[in-house]
Amino acid sequence: MSNKGATKSAGSEPTLGTDPFKDTVQRLRETFNSGRTRPAAFRVAQLEGLGRFLREKQQLLQEALVQDLRKSPFESDISEIILCQNEVDLALKNLQAWMKDTPASTNLLTKLDSAFTRKEPFGLVLIIGPWNYPVNLTLVPLVGAIAAGNCVILKPSEISKGTEKVLAEVLPQYLDQSSFAVALGGPEETQKLLEHKFDYILFTGSPRVGKIIYQSAAKHLTPITLELGGKNPCYVDDNCDPQTVANRLAWFRYFNTGQTCVAPDYVLCSPEMQERLVPALQNTITRFYGEDPQNSPNLGRIISQKHFKRLHELLSCGRVAFGGQSDENSLYIAPTVLVDVQEKEKVMQEEIFGPILPLMTVRSLDEAIDFINRREKPLALYAFSNNSQVVNQVLDRTSSGNFGGNDGFLYMTLPSLPFGGVGKSGMGRYHGKFSFDTFSNHRACLLSPSGLEKLNEIRYPPYSSRAQKLLRWAMSSHSCTLL
Amino acid sequence: MEREVQRVRQAFRSGRSRPLQFRLRQLAALRRMVEEHEKDLLVAIGADLCKSEFNVYSQEVITILGEIDFMLANLPEWITPKPAKRSLLTMLDEVCVQPEPLGVILIIGAWNYPFVLAMQPLVGAIAAGNAAVIKPSELSENTAKILAKLLPQYLDQDLYAVINGGAEETTELLKHRFDHILYTGNAAVGKIVMAAAAKHLTPVTLELGGKSPCYVDKDCDLDVVCRRITWGKLMNCGQTCIAPDYILCEASLQNQIMQKIKETVKEFYGENIKESPDYERIINLRHFKRIQSLIEGQKIAFGGETDEATRYIAPTILTDVDPKSKVMQEEIFGPILPIVPVKNADEAISFINEREKPLALYIFSHNNKLIKRMIDETSSGGVTVNDVIMHFTLNALPFGGVGSSGMGAYHGKYSFDTFSHHRSCLLKSLKREGANKLRYPPNSQSKVKLAKFLLLKQFNKGKLGLLLLTFLCAVAAVFFKVGYH
Repeated sequence: MSNKGATKSAGSEPTLGTDPFKDTVQRLRETFNSGRTRPAAFRVAQLEGLGRFLREKQQLLQEALVQDLRKSPFESDISEIILCQNEVDLALKNLQAWMKDTPASTNLLTKLDSAFTRKEPFGLVLIIGPWNYPVNLTLVPLVGAIAAGNCVILKPSEISKGTEKVLAEVLPQYLDQSSFAVALGGPEETQKLLEHKFDYILFTGSPRVGKIIYQSAAKHLTPITLELGGKNPCYVDDNCDPQTVANRLAWFRYFNTGQTCVAPDYVLCSPEMQERLVPALQNTITRFYGEDPQNSPNLGRIISQKHFKRLHELLSCGRVAFGGQSDENSLYIAPTVLVDVQEKEKVMQEEIFGPILPLMTVRSLDEAIDFINRREKPLALYAFSNNSQVVNQVLDRTSSGNFGGNDGFLYMTLPSLPFGGVGKSGMGRYHGKFSFDTFSNHRACLLSPSGLEKLNEIRYPPYSSRAQKLLRWAMSSHSCTLL
Repeated sequence: MEREVQRVRQAFRSGRSRPLQFRLRQLAALRRMVEEHEKDLLVAIGADLCKSEFNVYSQEVITILGEIDFMLANLPEWITPKPAKRSLLTMLDEVCVQPEPLGVILIIGAWNYPFVLAMQPLVGAIAAGNAAVIKPSELSENTAKILAKLLPQYLDQDLYAVINGGAEETTELLKHRFDHILYTGNAAVGKIVMAAAAKHLTPVTLELGGKSPCYVDKDCDLDVVCRRITWGKLMNCGQTCIAPDYILCEASLQNQIMQKIKETVKEFYGENIKESPDYERIINLRHFKRIQSLIEGQKIAFGGETDEATRYIAPTILTDVDPKSKVMQEEIFGPILPIVPVKNADEAISFINEREKPLALYIFSHNNKLIKRMIDETSSGGVTVNDVIMHFTLNALPFGGVGSSGMGAYHGKYSFDTFSHHRSCLLKSLKREGANKLRYPPNSQSKVKLAKFLLLKQFNKGKLGLLLLTFLCAVAAVFFKVGYH
């Protein structure tokens, strides 16, 4: 589906029986085969175009984010636009270095050769973006895919309609349209898109849909990165200042109205800590959003009716310590803290993805760690304590995509850290150089001199006993493998 | 089978496989196993492929010993958390990437190098602190049996299990949940493995295959070229995933190449190839018949003899091969070497690019410009120029495919990385909460500018960053004190 059709509403009807994406896929493949996207100069031009888009259309993007999620300019800037700009700048600055062949150390017998790993584009990349950070989670992968020399089809989420429109109608004007296209549609169209062969797919979304993407990729043996989610536990030790913890916890929980894959999902703490944490959280929330959060310009809204209804149901789990108000008309849910929550309740069974924070009590650190390890590996894990040993224990005895000690997902702002999940929370990673590496084929190259054949004699049959002895000796020296 | 897989999982949960010392001990034990039972291994593996003991040693055993030694030497360094660059905002925090084991690794081996292709992944899995289930190929029966017998004698019996069986057992095994699957084999089964993995969201490394092209330029020393090609092609009777599958060259070179290969074969294996202890056999009757059918109707320049009773197929060269013929449609995996004439290097490049991306690409040439162009304009898992096979032997190079020749890579540190999860960590202290006021609502536009500055500048030189941070903190403290009151 070319960008020309983007003016239709998201989910433009495909003509019966025809494949709306066939021409685009073919066109982009031809472009890739022509070698157009490979030279550094081309990649730089594209990245500069993307940079200009972010600068010139900043306001347009902010408006789209307001439309989609009622995201405040502050949040739009620091969690979407600035991070994208940063990635563009980083790629522009480092592209030459990233593109260089990586030399490999050689062993005794191949010391005379040149051995290196060459990074090459895969070809045609598909990036499927979600609705919660619709700019960041489509454009940051895009930076990596372009930097690595690929052609890209971007499939933004149809749920964040405002952003989808900007990406479909405006972004292509800044990029080379023979190597970049936006595909539109809902689940049905995405299925159709996935019937085509891609050379790499990066998907951000739920584990449920992740499985579907993975199955589709398997049909074509397409390598993938899946950025999924889960319930991100947050352990709060007794040894800490509850107000500081509450500030940090609340900020990361209610940012983007809780619709963040790495947000702290639930808290594990002792009953005593809970007593102190609840009022501290209330204090923080009032400071952040005022007495009437519904009127705070700093609190966003739920993305859609469907999610609003889902979250509304969760409000009846456990007991509302404070918050709990909602307004269906404006898709508003108040920053809420739940207590007395049972493990079997719905709020503890699915990723919350909203401004609701359940507190669960545990009797000890061990019990908390057991609780965490009984469940699927989360995308993020947090531990708060003045005692660094406690933090390190949680880190060492659990597994998760990422880990934050005494703070929330601040690590997301560092492109020097790889971002990705493990187990059901995902596979593969990106950000910064990791994006470039993810979207590249790492090709092992060995250049052997054509002379010096005498040295090779030893490896050819027939193997006399003398040759065998000599060969064994030569090969058993340090780090030798097959002759 | 359910019980065995559960037992392995429980063993992993105990945490035993994680400490460095444990991993080193297991690897050392594995090394002892190979040393102490060298003879038994050579005999077993040799029996599966009618391979001389020396060839088993030089092709399989030595590789594993080298890999284990490499791990033992480097593991202590690899498992340490690696610091990452910080921004001004995170200057005082501990920022690093920590490698952790994934859990239970499933290794599905292949029959052509039955020892290496089960053991090399296992070495990596152990090094990364995982438990493992190994499913050797049932076609290389003797190796499968001896692995099932020996591994439990040397390794922790609950953490590492060998499960033997055929397609049925493998299908059953794939229904279970693993934390990573490394499969070596063909693309058709690769898709099945990937589809099974998808159900559990299990990441996979697929070492598949394809037709690895071998381009021979004019003006080469054909003596040397042909010896190297013959060596690589006929190793293991052509049953090597990175064997040069077919040759591309200008028509005028065909005869010379054919002649020199013929001479080399004689040199390597003598007049009566069947009698040579260094020449292997085809693994089974099915593959024998398959390879036999590839020769049918072809112009045999040399070779072509077969003997079903011993599954012997002579080194065979086909010339003027039609790209549409059967022998050019599937990975040969046998001692048949088609030569496909092309007009020039350009045509060779187009020919290669019209087909699936191969596991290996070989280029023989003196012309550096041509070599560069050929590498630049094609894609493959690996490349060796002016030789064959060798890029496999360097564990400093990743070994893996691309497109239908596979995904992911391993060997050496790449194994360690493949079987680890690299967990990003940011550790702060609960102090200096004042600095956080910058990010808390209610927000303002001026905050954004400051935030941008603090977030974006990355620092290598810690001292400079710290100095700047201290200065800014002082400024910020004053600013916010004033602003808040």
